[in-house]
Amino acid sequence: MQLEYYLIIGLILFLLGLYTCLTRVNAIGMLMGIELMLNAAGLNFVAFSHFNGNHIDGHIMAIFIIVLAAAEAVVALAVLLAIYKRFKVIDTDKVVTLKE
Amino acid sequence: MIFYLIAFGIVVTAILTIASRNSVVSALWLVACLFAQAILMVTLEAHLVAAMQVLLYAGAIMVLILFVIMLLNLTPKELKWKFIAGERLILGSGVIYLAGVMGLALWIIYKKGASFVPAAGGGTAGTVEAVGKLLLTKYALPFELVSVTLLVAIVGAILTGRGK
Repeated sequence: MQLEYYLIIGLILFLLGLYTCLTRVNAIGMLMGIELMLNAAGLNFVAFSHFNGNHIDGHIMAIFIIVLAAAEAVVALAVLLAIYKRFKVIDTDKVVTLKE
Repeated sequence: MIFYLIAFGIVVTAILTIASRNSVVSALWLVACLFAQAILMVTLEAHLVAAMQVLLYAGAIMVLILFVIMLLNLTPKELKWKFIAGERLILGSGVIYLAGVMGLALWIIYKKGASFVPAAGGGTAGTVEAVGKLLLTKYALPFELVSVTLLVAIVGAILTGRGK
């Protein structure tokens, strides 16, 4: 199996995540889109490191991506809970007090 | 052959993730997608990364997201996804963009052929020993910085989520 096939899987995942992120109003939906995009990047790192003479530096980067995605999810969900407590909605088109 | 099966599974579960109207169903499909990606990583000899993917991503992070979805206690009407205005326009432009990028990628593969070949490693590249050794020698400083980032994220989450 060639490298390009794995890159296409990563590309499809990234585009689906980007599409989700752009079209969803719900904040949790946007978060899931971000998770998909981060996963696509991790998959690409692993594929590149496998096809680059077994240098496993890419695996380290994939692990860092997973850990940083955990940190990102924790902070995003805490902010989301605070928004829900304050506004009683999680739709991002209703939380527009900065615009007023 | 197994690659095509897993790739098909990944793409289908990802599409179901973004197409489900219910957010809980969507999160469960995302768990399935992460599992399929972990299987693909095993075929790439990234055993530790695949295990981390299942434990941390499909386990911890998705449980957190599901927990928050249930904690928000939304009504069934609020639980449905909403899309921004001009849904059909966005969908159409997205499909055209995806088709264009995919066509370009397939054309590049067709023109160029195989450029990278996998090294004959014997299936021991991404074991815990190899990755762990690299993580604590060459990447020791980034490793510590990531742990500091996690600590800051925990403190920030506690401060943000704390009630008045």
